[in-house]
Amino acid sequence: MSRTASAPVLRGRRWWAEVGWRHVVGVVMIAVCVLPLVYVVSASLNPGGTLTGSNDLFRTVDLRNYADLWGRGYGGWFVGSLVVCTATSVGTVLMGSAAAYAFSRFRFAGRRGGLTFLLLVQMFPQMLAFVAVFLLLLSIGDVFPALGLNSRLGLVAVYLGGALGVNAFLMYGFFNTVPRELDEAAKIDGATHGQIFWTIILRLVAPILAVVGLLSFIGSFGEFIIAKVVLQRPQEYTLALGLYYWAADERTARWGLFAAGAVLAAIPVVLLFLFLQKYIVSGLTAGSVKG
Amino acid sequence: MSDPQAVTTAAPPPTLGGGTVTPHARRRPSPGFFVKLALVATVDALGVYGVLAAAAVASWGIVTFLVLALVVVNWAYFSPRALPAKYLVPGLVLLLVYQIFTMAYTGWVAFTNYGDGHNSTKQDAIASIAEQNETRVEGSPTLPLSVVERDGELGFAVVQEGVVEVGTAQQPLAPAPDANVEAGRVTAVPGWDVLQFVDVAGRQDEVTVLRVPFSDDPADGSVRTQDGSTGYVFRPTLEYDEATDTFVDTVDGTTYAPSDGGNFVSADGTVLTPGWRVGVGLDNFTRAFTDSRLSGPFVQITAWTFAFAFLSVATTFALGLFLAIVFNDGRVRGRKVYRSLLILPYAFPGFLSALVWRGMLNEKFGFVNEVLLGGAQVPWLQDPWLAKVSIVLVNLWLGFPYMFLVCTGALQSIPADTVEAARIDGAGPARILRSVTLPLLMVSVAPLLISSFAFNFNNFSLIYMLTGGGPNFVGTPVVVGHTDILISMVYSVAFESGTKQYGLASALSILIFVVVGVVSWLGFRRTRTLEEI
Repeated sequence: MSRTASAPVLRGRRWWAEVGWRHVVGVVMIAVCVLPLVYVVSASLNPGGTLTGSNDLFRTVDLRNYADLWGRGYGGWFVGSLVVCTATSVGTVLMGSAAAYAFSRFRFAGRRGGLTFLLLVQMFPQMLAFVAVFLLLLSIGDVFPALGLNSRLGLVAVYLGGALGVNAFLMYGFFNTVPRELDEAAKIDGATHGQIFWTIILRLVAPILAVVGLLSFIGSFGEFIIAKVVLQRPQEYTLALGLYYWAADERTARWGLFAAGAVLAAIPVVLLFLFLQKYIVSGLTAGSVKG
Repeated sequence: MSDPQAVTTAAPPPTLGGGTVTPHARRRPSPGFFVKLALVATVDALGVYGVLAAAAVASWGIVTFLVLALVVVNWAYFSPRALPAKYLVPGLVLLLVYQIFTMAYTGWVAFTNYGDGHNSTKQDAIASIAEQNETRVEGSPTLPLSVVERDGELGFAVVQEGVVEVGTAQQPLAPAPDANVEAGRVTAVPGWDVLQFVDVAGRQDEVTVLRVPFSDDPADGSVRTQDGSTGYVFRPTLEYDEATDTFVDTVDGTTYAPSDGGNFVSADGTVLTPGWRVGVGLDNFTRAFTDSRLSGPFVQITAWTFAFAFLSVATTFALGLFLAIVFNDGRVRGRKVYRSLLILPYAFPGFLSALVWRGMLNEKFGFVNEVLLGGAQVPWLQDPWLAKVSIVLVNLWLGFPYMFLVCTGALQSIPADTVEAARIDGAGPARILRSVTLPLLMVSVAPLLISSFAFNFNNFSLIYMLTGGGPNFVGTPVVVGHTDILISMVYSVAFESGTKQYGLASALSILIFVVVGVVSWLGFRRTRTLEEI
């Protein structure tokens, strides 16, 4: 960094050899990154567009596809996705932070064992057990229909069941960095463990709560296989399921509609991502991958 | 949950010199306590409802679990000594049900023949075999029939030799006095609602499966209807004999005895369906290797899964690292702009990217063939090899920004003077990269590469959305294709291949898990030795 100030200004061939080519690489890569996105936006503005009609970029600009979305169940999927993802991320944050608080602040029999157990569990992807999840929900549905197949609440419960192992560890590490003296002082002043948790600890660990909540939101937003196993009726689909069915059949003329749906679905996530990229990147490097 | 202000007013801190400090439990309960009480009461109410509902359908496993869970929840929230449990119970209960249990259940199912045709217990199988194998009694009369209803329960009212008889699935036909008959059909029965044609049409599914016993003796058969207006007497052709545990055909006298495979089988090998769930030992595990129609594709799919996961990590890491090094030079202007634009593929939801690329790679109308290649007809997703290439390239597009971000971060943590020292010692850029930068980078990046491998090993949505596993293999007993990876093969075996084979699918899941577990374990052991450098 400091070299820029002191180094002599490069010109001509030397500049090309050391700096200029980097811009060429950058521009080419940006074209590769952006082209598919430009293509979707263009296709979404082409009313009644099929795959063929979508190849001339921005030949027409018309918002009719966006208006047409609402009559075809898209609104329900959108709201359903938001509800499922919000509930999942709020639940994940509450559950994970409570568990991390217990492991970080209390000393109890089975604490070490519990931590090792969580570490082991997070190596098992819950997704691999989708057959068992299906069979389990089939029998739960006989007792609590609201938690069985074709229920968004049931899907949230499945997501929450798989969330603790992965996230509790991330949070546990962060909770340990908050000095214990703070809550001990509060305890001497007469605060209960509940007050310490809700009013002191949770405020201090807010950054990790935001990261976990956001990753969980984005993760469940794009999750496909469990959602497909649990939700089988179009009324309850999430966006991932609904848009899959629109795009999967290439012969039907729904490409423009799909593109519009995709743009609407992606905009909030992309914006969220770009605004919070600093935090997300730190959360990612702490051990998570694209989901 | 509790508002801090409210809590302090309700439970003032002990005053100085106030003498006795009352223990927490004996203070006036705080609002938080009432919130807790309300929540636990709700949980208890739901739990008790669940116990009753589960007992009604005889799900004793669920009953046991709910009772235990209720005891634990109440203990955790009302015992002053269960402090950590208050914070752990909600998460642990969900973890136990939806992850630990499902894992164990996968293990159990893998050793059974659970699937279509083997869905339930032996009793259920016996009942449904007896029900499905019946014929109309020869020469039995056509009975004018009306569908009747009482308290939601359906029944039949028939006219037999001038007498109206009413019965339900539980109650054999019995004479119903004072019924009203018009033109040979029952129009009113005291205590019952006679359904009109529209109502019958609306509940057709229930009506066609309804069987009303003809009399107390099951051998007399039962009345069934197809159209809701005429009934016939049906009699079972297969009779179950409890003493010998066999089915006997009442027409030709063949006996069907239970087999190890969970079916009733006759001496000449005729199998009655449905069967029931039985343990099949390691059959599901060996089938994938020994069934000749399955083992070929299985080996190919396994090889491709490894190749795909390895190539995904290698290509994304190589490109990400290259770009990170390219833009790690402070003299490049506008690095922030480059960075924001380069991570766009990562910010765009992955499932949407896969679908968009599927459209762009379409053989006839896709953007790639039509515009970029000037009207060529390259079968990107239809040719086995091109489909594999497409998948790796699309995954490269999706995944390199992540590696770019990670490598950029890791590069910045490498001390500049180490690189400087190498340069002074006369090392060229290539040598510095190989001997200094890469080893140092690997320490922090290697664990991410392993988890990226594990993730791609199970990257179901990419495969499913881009190619759907196709082009398909020909002549396999399950619908799988050249680009299927193990997890999508499991999905196909479980849900999309005609007959659902949960047992086989679970066995394959377990094999995948073992592979991923071993790779992670080996990888992490190796990274530990890296850190010691």
